[in-house]
Formats: sequence, C-alpha cells, structure tokens
Amino acid sequence: MVKKIFGQIYIWLILIIMYLPILILMAFSFTDAVYVGQWNGFTFDLYPALFQNKEIMIALGNTIIIAITSALVSTLLGTSGAIGAFYLKKGFRKSVDLVTQIPIVNAEIVMALSLTILFVFLGQYIFHAQLFSFWTLLIGHVVLSLPFVYISVKPKLQQMDPSLYEAALDLGATPKTAIRKVLIPEILPGILSGFLLAITLSLDDFIITAFTRGTGLLNGEANIETLSTLIQATIKKRPVPAEMRALTTIIFLAVVVAVVCVSLYRYYQGKHKKTHAQERMSKL
Amino acid sequence: MEENNKIISLSHVSKVYDGVTVVDDFNLDITKGEFVTFLGPSGCGKTTTLRMIAGFETPSEGSILLNGNDITKLPPYKRPVNTVFQRYALFPHLDVYDNVAFGLKLKKVPVTYTTKKGITKTKLKHLSSKVIDEKVARALKIVDLEELEDRDISTLSGGQQQRVAIARAIVNEPEILLLDEPLGALDLKMRKEMQLELKAMHDKLGITFIYVTHDQEEALTMSDTIVVMKAGQIQQVGTPKDIYNEPNNAYVANFIGESNIYNATMMKKKVVRFLGANFNCVDDFPVNEKVDVVIRPEDVELKRIGKDGNITAEIKEKYKEKLIGIVDSKVFKGIHFEYIVLKGKNEIVVQDTKEFNVGDVVLINIGPNEIHIMKKELTTNVFTDAYIDKNNKLIISDCTFDCELTQLLSDSHLDENGYLIGPDNKKYDLKDADVFVEIGLSDIEILDHNPNEDENIGEIISIVYKGDHYQYLIRTKEEEDFVCDSDYAFNENDIVSINVLPKNIKLTLKGSITKYEVE
Repeated sequence: MVKKIFGQIYIWLILIIMYLPILILMAFSFTDAVYVGQWNGFTFDLYPALFQNKEIMIALGNTIIIAITSALVSTLLGTSGAIGAFYLKKGFRKSVDLVTQIPIVNAEIVMALSLTILFVFLGQYIFHAQLFSFWTLLIGHVVLSLPFVYISVKPKLQQMDPSLYEAALDLGATPKTAIRKVLIPEILPGILSGFLLAITLSLDDFIITAFTRGTGLLNGEANIETLSTLIQATIKKRPVPAEMRALTTIIFLAVVVAVVCVSLYRYYQGKHKKTHAQERMSKL
Repeated sequence: MEENNKIISLSHVSKVYDGVTVVDDFNLDITKGEFVTFLGPSGCGKTTTLRMIAGFETPSEGSILLNGNDITKLPPYKRPVNTVFQRYALFPHLDVYDNVAFGLKLKKVPVTYTTKKGITKTKLKHLSSKVIDEKVARALKIVDLEELEDRDISTLSGGQQQRVAIARAIVNEPEILLLDEPLGALDLKMRKEMQLELKAMHDKLGITFIYVTHDQEEALTMSDTIVVMKAGQIQQVGTPKDIYNEPNNAYVANFIGESNIYNATMMKKKVVRFLGANFNCVDDFPVNEKVDVVIRPEDVELKRIGKDGNITAEIKEKYKEKLIGIVDSKVFKGIHFEYIVLKGKNEIVVQDTKEFNVGDVVLINIGPNEIHIMKKELTTNVFTDAYIDKNNKLIISDCTFDCELTQLLSDSHLDENGYLIGPDNKKYDLKDADVFVEIGLSDIEILDHNPNEDENIGEIISIVYKGDHYQYLIRTKEEEDFVCDSDYAFNENDIVSINVLPKNIKLTLKGSITKYEVE
C-alpha cells in the first residue's frame, strides 16, 4: 500500500516538474505585465497585441517558411537516400548508415561553425560574393534534419518484406511505378514522422540559424529573424516581449491538438483492424 | 516430343555470385502445360534458377528462351510469367481486391477504334474497371476467396494470404506460373490440402507451373516432371516414378525417400555383391565395376531364422552365401514397423508389416527387381569404416597406413607420446577413433609385392585402359577394394603392394573430437 502511494506521488511529481512551467506560462499569457511574475489582473489583451506586433509576426512567418521548405527538401533527400542505401550491398550500406548517424550525435555547434566556414570559403575563393542568405540558411537546416529523416525511414524499409518490390515488378510495374505504388505507401509512416521531426527541429533551431542566416525573406534587406533569434536578440536589450507568452501558449495548444488527433486516429485504426479480426474469428 | 511444344528452354545457364558458382551449366526444356518441380536442399541453386526465369537475376552465362524468343535480359515486368513468392509478398497497404487487381490495373491492351474521319487506329488502353472486376472475381473464385474482396491483408490467415498470392499471379493469365516454396509457411495439414488444390488448379488452368521445393514428398505428389538439383547442377530429370524407382545416383536416391545405399561390385553378369553376399539383379553393368546399389526399405523381405542375436554355426552353415542380420531396433509407424537390421557394422533399414522382435536373427531377402544399381562417379576412394589404432596408424580393413592426424584439428601437433595437442593445449587420444577416409585415385602407388616386407597387398582384379593411363581395381584379402590410376602396366591377378603418402590421405572424424579428450 505504502509502495503504491509512493509510486503515485513519484509519477505526479515528475508530471508536475514537466508541465508546471508551461502551465505557469499559459497563466501569465492572460496578464499584460512586462516582467514575468507580476500579475496585473486578467486580460486577453496580449493575444490581439501579438498579431499586431510586426517584429514577432515577421519572425513567425520566416520560421514557418524555413521549417516547411527545409522539411520538404530533407524528406525528399533523406527518403531517396534511405531507399538507395537499402538496396546497396551490405558492406557499403553499413558505412552509409554510419556516416548518416554521426551528424545526429555530433554537437550542433560543430556543424554550425563548419557550415559557416564552408560558406565563407566558397564565397571568398569560388563565387567571389557574400553567400549568406535564405539559401545558406536552408542548406543549414537541411543538413541538420536530413539524418533524422534517414533514420526514421530506414526501419520501415527493414520491416518491409524485401520481395514486395520484386512482386510489383513481377506483376508488370516498371521500377518507377513499383517505387511509387508499393514502396512509398509501405514506408509512408516513416516518411511522415521524418517530415514532422524535420519541422520541429527547424522550428526551434537557434545555433545553425544564427550562424548561417543572411538577409532576405520577410525581413527584406535586413538579416532574417526567426522566433529563436528574435527572442535572443531582444533579451539582450530588454525583457522578452509579453506577447511571446501568448505565442508560445498558442504553439503549445496547437501541438496538444495535433498529438490528440494522431492518437485518436491510431486508436480508431487499431479498433477497425480488431473488429475485422474478430469477424474472422467468429466465422471460423 | 515436338519442338514447338517447348515453352521455355534454358541452355547452358550459369550464375556466379562473387566468384561462387550457384547455378552451373543448367540445361532444361519445359513443355507447355507441364508441372515441373525443382527439388533440392537449400543452397542448391533452385531458387536462383527460378529467379532467372522470372527476370530478377540475369544469368552470368547462357540463355533463356521463351517460345523460341530470347528473354535472357528482358526485365521482369516485360515477361509473361508471374511468381508466387515464398512469403507471399502481398501489398499490406492494399486490400484483397486491390492486391489481385494490381497487375490488371497496370496492363495496357491494344484497342482498335475508328475515328470520325473513318480511319482505323490502334492505341494502348488500360483495362476497363468492369473487365478488371470480372477477372478479379474469377481469380478469387478459383482460389475460393469470393467473399473476402474488401478485407485487409493483415486480417487474413496464412492459408488465405497464400490463396490471395496465387490469385494475384494467375489473374494476369501468365504463360508460366512460378512458385517459390509457396507452402513452406503453412502447417502440415494445410500444406497437404494446398498441394492437392494446386494440382487441381494446374489441371484447370492448363498453364505451365514451375515449382521450387526442398520437400521431396511435395515434389512426388504434385509434379509431372522433377528436376533434382545439387550444388547448382542437375542430378536427374524425370517423372516422379522414374526418379523414385530408377535414381541416377546415390544422391538422388538418398534425397528422394528413405533408402539403403551400399558400395557394391559387379561379380558376374547380372550378379552384384554387397554386404558380403551375392544378389541377382536386372541391371547389366560390366563385371568388376564399382557401383552403388539402392534398396528401398519397403522392398526388403525378412524371415526369422533364429533369436537372441545368436547366429549359430548351424544357421551359418545352412545360409552360407546368404545375407543374415540381427534386428537392432523396432519402431511402430502405424501402417508398418520400421526395423534397423545390423549386418556386421552395416545398417539396413527395413519397413515391414510383419512383426519381429529386437534380437531376432533374420534372413534378408531382396528381389532382383528391387535392387537398383547406379553408376558410381569414381573420383576418389571412399572408406566409411576405417579407424585409428593405438600406434596412430590408419586401419582400413586389413591394410595399415601412416597418416597425418594433425589434419583432424586445426593448429594441432602431436606430442612425443603420440597424443594430439590442440591449439588450446587440450590433449586428445585418438585410439580407436572412427574416421571417414578419402584417397584420390592417382594418390595410390602400386608396386610389385616384395614377400620379405610387411606390406599392404592386394590382387589386381580388373584393368581399364583410360587412354593415357591404366585404372586398376585392387582387392585385398578382406575384400576391400582400392581403385587407382597408374602409368605402369601390371597384369590381372598380380599381387601388388599398395602405398599412399600420409599427406594424400584425407581424414574426417566421425563425431566430435571432444569425446577423445584426455586429462
């Protein structure tokens, strides 16, 4: 009995540690005090103010554009890379696997610094121009998320019956059709989770963004600001804009909704299969 | 057989992977409508051959003709053949209907139509969904799955998945259906049912089936023709009956059903000697030729002539020149008993409906028609009942040879007391160890016998001139036969000495070396 109570307390303690900061943040999004910890009375004012804050809106727009484009590019490259590597000879495949795993464990600062040096070098000696722009930022984010796409697609390929592709060829599909109609649908869950992972990695990335960004996107002639660089830039001079609390609350709620939707979808899909299986059992 | 009845012919087909020859000079013609089975143990190249017919592999050498057209390099999606895969390879994201319709939806057929201006044109069009519906329904009916069209693949049982895989292949109306061990994943009862159903399907569809299996019973049950394979080579092609009753060699006999196989020698015209007795037989082989004989367990007749394992002098006298054995074990198998009868060190497996007891002395009778004699591929002398004596010498019947015991264990050496010392300093005493011995034909040296020396001697029984050398058959007093190639001429009935250099004697230990370990 005592053991059980301690177990319960332990679980709740962990959950509180995990969620309390977010809950406090959410609570403080309903008061307009500049300094966190002050309570100026309940108000919704921060929410309309958020959408009028041009700085934040531009940064949000940039962040979303970069997240989606880099996720698309890295999903495309990572998936085709994983498929290609899967059909390589075993020894070569192992080395490709290893090479793609190193960036995952590698410190991000190493990657950021080396990309910066690469771009400076290329700009000075090859292109004779200043390279830093949206494109260098995009390359940076693709390099960051590509290995994660690769490792989320790879297990799906390994789980797949290796003769599926041959079966499609056997039934008259050209290699292209076989990949499109059999291979891709089969590994789609892996591709999707790779895509989502790439988006989240890009959304809150600071180090690579700070090192590889240039001018462009919604900032026009100025340096591209994303949410993370904006916050970092602001807190150097003044407190974090109060509207940020509203923005993070919205982001958190969006994520909660997304997770609930995915769980519900899985639950109903599982139930659907189960009823089929039960039907079969009752028939026998 | 008429030429144009051939649907597919493989000529001199070989496949080499990374220097390993998996299929070696494979030649086969398959007649339209035949049920052909490639039979062999795993790794014999049967699946690789099938994959070359399907187009998943390209032969390293040779060509494959389909209806007389070379399809050796044609990709799989352009071949009128379909495959049923070992693990079905159904598409999990599609339901039963879409799996079966997969090939049909990709298919394009030429359609002739007339334009408004009255010009007749032909273009390739996909099949209409009505046609696809009908064809899928028909295929599912053939495999007895009409009601499961909308079901997810994951909700089907193994047997049902198997049927979907067959329907998915036959719906395309292939000229040849390839089946790669399709029943391997099913349980025994299901497998037996599917065997009969597949056979019935073959009769109904009238297309050629090429079936790959390692299960000899499956092959015998279903096939019109069986191709027995070993190490990438065809051992025998024939009807199930031929292969069972007239195996080409000991390998085929052993693979197809249980059998007793013995080394034998032709004594006279249509008389063969094995297990120390002479038997009449129907096959005519040259006298003194070394042959293999195969006897099916159900073809051996037993008669009780004594009991308690006691072969009395009286029995010996009465049944001189006959084969006498002692029942060593007895197992009830339902329809019959299975006995192992011992004659000296040799085992004879016998199936009989009559009951005998362990220890019974039996007269073993084998009818001339039941003795299948096969040409022996003589490449080496093989001795299966040799042993090592206390002086580390090799004893083959009445002959004694020096041999290299260190070859039995890698990195080993002999110590001064004659013990074999392993790499981990373990000590082995190989006295009385049973070994399997191979000696090459040209590794046996024969010399004139010197009566003053203690030598291994034998009598030359036969001489065959092989173009540039002679091949001698030498028989020792204890009736052990050595075959050897030599450049020197001897005469029949010469007594000669037999010598083999220790390094030319290849030894293999029977059983594990661990049982000879000493403290």
